[in-house]
Amino acid sequence: MKLVKTLIGATSALALSASALTAQDMTIVSWGGAYSASQQNAYHDPYMAANPDITIINDESSPEAVAKLRAMNEAGNITWDLVDVEAADAIRLCDEGLAMEVDHDDVLAAAPDGTSASDDFGDMIISDCFIPQIVFSTTFGYRTDQVPAGVEPPTGACDVFDLETYPGKRGLNKNPIANLEWALLCDGVAYEDVYDVLETEEGQDRAFAKLDTIKDEVIWWSASAEPIQWLADGEVFMASAYNGRLFAAIVEQNQPIGMAWDWQMFDLDGWVIPAGLPEDRLARVMDYLFFATDTQRLADQAKYISYGPARTSSAPLVSTHAELGIEMAPHMPTDPNNAENTFVNNYNWWADYRDDLDAKFQAWLAQ
Amino acid sequence: MAPPVSNMTDATQTGPVLSADGTPLKRSLQKALFRQKMRALALIAPLLIFVLVTFILPIGDMLFRSVENQIVSATIPRTVVALETWDADSGESPGEEVYAAFYWDMAEAVEAKTHTRLGGRLNYEMTGLSSLFRKTGRGVSDIGEFYMDQLADLNDEWEEGAFLADALGAESWVSAATDAAANDVTAPAFVLRDGVADALPLTAHIYSRFAAQTLAEKDSPLEEDPWEAVYTALYQDLISNPNAASAVSPAAANLFTDAAAAVPNFENIGFKEQFIDIDKDWDDPEAWQTIQAYSSAYTAGYFLAAMDLMNTPDGIARVDEDERIYIRLFGRTIFMSLLITGTCILLGYPIAYLLSNLKVRHANLLMILVLLPFWTSLLVRTSAWKVLLQQQGVINDLLVWVGLVADDSRLQLINNQLGTVIAMTHILLPFMILPLFSVMKTIPPSYVRAAKSLGATNWTAFWRVYFPQSVPGIGAGSILVFILAIGYYITPELVGGTSGVFISNRIAYHISTSLNWGLAAALGAMLLVLVLALYWIYDKMVGIDNVKLG
Repeated sequence: MKLVKTLIGATSALALSASALTAQDMTIVSWGGAYSASQQNAYHDPYMAANPDITIINDESSPEAVAKLRAMNEAGNITWDLVDVEAADAIRLCDEGLAMEVDHDDVLAAAPDGTSASDDFGDMIISDCFIPQIVFSTTFGYRTDQVPAGVEPPTGACDVFDLETYPGKRGLNKNPIANLEWALLCDGVAYEDVYDVLETEEGQDRAFAKLDTIKDEVIWWSASAEPIQWLADGEVFMASAYNGRLFAAIVEQNQPIGMAWDWQMFDLDGWVIPAGLPEDRLARVMDYLFFATDTQRLADQAKYISYGPARTSSAPLVSTHAELGIEMAPHMPTDPNNAENTFVNNYNWWADYRDDLDAKFQAWLAQ
Repeated sequence: MAPPVSNMTDATQTGPVLSADGTPLKRSLQKALFRQKMRALALIAPLLIFVLVTFILPIGDMLFRSVENQIVSATIPRTVVALETWDADSGESPGEEVYAAFYWDMAEAVEAKTHTRLGGRLNYEMTGLSSLFRKTGRGVSDIGEFYMDQLADLNDEWEEGAFLADALGAESWVSAATDAAANDVTAPAFVLRDGVADALPLTAHIYSRFAAQTLAEKDSPLEEDPWEAVYTALYQDLISNPNAASAVSPAAANLFTDAAAAVPNFENIGFKEQFIDIDKDWDDPEAWQTIQAYSSAYTAGYFLAAMDLMNTPDGIARVDEDERIYIRLFGRTIFMSLLITGTCILLGYPIAYLLSNLKVRHANLLMILVLLPFWTSLLVRTSAWKVLLQQQGVINDLLVWVGLVADDSRLQLINNQLGTVIAMTHILLPFMILPLFSVMKTIPPSYVRAAKSLGATNWTAFWRVYFPQSVPGIGAGSILVFILAIGYYITPELVGGTSGVFISNRIAYHISTSLNWGLAAALGAMLLVLVLALYWIYDKMVGIDNVKLG
């Protein structure tokens, strides 16, 4: 039944956006909420001010972008011009031929000091189709008022597994990515070896055994707003969450939540261009991309949300929060004080092992 | 009916009865009926076409994906044919000819960017193939480059797109393409020179593909660098036909003659070795077994996976115990849907009874109380349940305040099966109450009064007289609730935790995250069959005629 809904949803969305499309509209797909607002402020508004004949239409479909892009591709009617997706989705879209490959040095601006775009973005370019935008991290928040007396507050991922020092419920993401890595890291596996170990049957068993030790205390989230709500309600003591959402809860809503950064997992978010755009629309998208991914624009976005710009050259330009006036740098996942121990999701490894480990993870959850 | 009528009208007439215009009455009646039927059909045609186009066809198309597997034979056709003769049980990787076929397939697939898609498809069956295909895609161009460099060592001309286009293209095409380039328009479709296809078969084929794709991208083969695979083809062709120079354009003949003389001395590495060099997994028979096993255009693989089974060289086997989920989820979905149907009957029956027996004024008020939540958004109601049921939620707070529960042992009411049952019972309750109510409305109160006047107790009168008459309402409500519950998705996702999720949550995952639409379609098809089967059983046991919606 769900399939049909998806299909019908996709086709009706197609019909709707197709009818709304005039010559100078550009449909940009993103995640909605505070994140879309930051893009509106940092990219869309300045771009539309400079190009009054272009209207940018926001579509908040990024969570279903992969499925919808495939449906559009099969229907032969691409109504989106630019799509904001996570790195793992970008790889999948690129593999499926649903996103367009780009030459980053050709289409993106160089850094102010002349460094080429591909060098400026560096390792963040994890796929030929992917134009990185921000670095975010999955890290931990904890209730400051529930830390047991006489104990130092938790500092990172491994405190999640320490039920003796920090009793209480934990909130974790209901998917194997990051959880299995944390389990191994906190079980004493060296960072360099994590994926090698996870590749083996014994390594997977070891990771699940480590997760078994806290299984009874874990509540699993599937929507990223859930862990924040749980923390705010005191439903859990500690939870993994996206750092930008934790920032909003702590700084903008003054919740009694602290950050535990150790072993935060870096993840990337960026643009992909749907494959098969007609030339005139593609030219417009390229013009927008050149503008919206330059050094200053990426740094500007950090005024509105605590995600780190993906360009090296943008980091020194990160300034203060647009409304609260506080320094943003200490809240960035990339700040040296927060980034003592970090790891980067190995996207290509997960592209292989996702199907397999996901089945194991779901079976483990169901036991 | 014709004979008695004819007797009555005219005794002398023996043939069939005629209508006023002289046609037989039977036919003209049929005609009128047919016209009437057509008119009725025309009236419902918009709905019929709408349902067909927006419902039946998409479902059919989606379900078809559960067996469709053309991607393998479409992407690597030569390999599929070459693998047919390979013995998968031999324990050895296939011979050189399979790798050669695979090379030509991959060379084209990489240029069309379809190899990663195939890798993704095969990765469902064998972990690791996704990155193997991606890596191999990057590696195949090196194989061609290996020969390209050796040809370029003879003469730099070999690397020029214009040289090969001129050598292999028909003269008329070359001049037309040159004109087109001068006028900045797209060149006409590529035409091979006469005799090239015979003299240089591999080259002719792969170069034509290159030219066609280049033209499709609005570039000219005269200016673009040819694919690396063209040089591999040239090497092979020149080895097997040293006299090929006579077939190419006179201007290029000299270089071809030189090359034909030189190629026997070229360094040559077999395709098999080259692929193993790209990744040693290509030496592993397992990867080839997977390709061979899934090379047919239709597959039962998705349905096997949906039943926690898999294809192995020894036949169908169950997957490892730690990967079995679908059967368990199907079982849970049915069990919990039945449970939810049961709780809906328990809660809904008294309410419906009250509704149908109260004074209209009170009944209306009660009806609004039933309908209000029914009109409220599903997500709002589900979120409201989260606020009520969570450990720091309203219900637990109340219980702690009253002193029934200690503060450190608050009840776990959500993120488990209990949460799903509570929230879904609430959401589906109106679907039970409304059919029950409309059936109960039609039960005349005089029956129960009659039973009582004949000496029945309240209970006997209810159980023997009233209840049997309300069973059709229970039937209708149960079918509605059960079928809705079995496909539920968002509520279990939000309040079900790990033990309260349904099969539809996995279907959603495969549709939107893993993009494994084949498996999603197989799971969906099984769910559909399951519902139809249960419906059939229900019909056999209760009889569908006993279901009443009012």
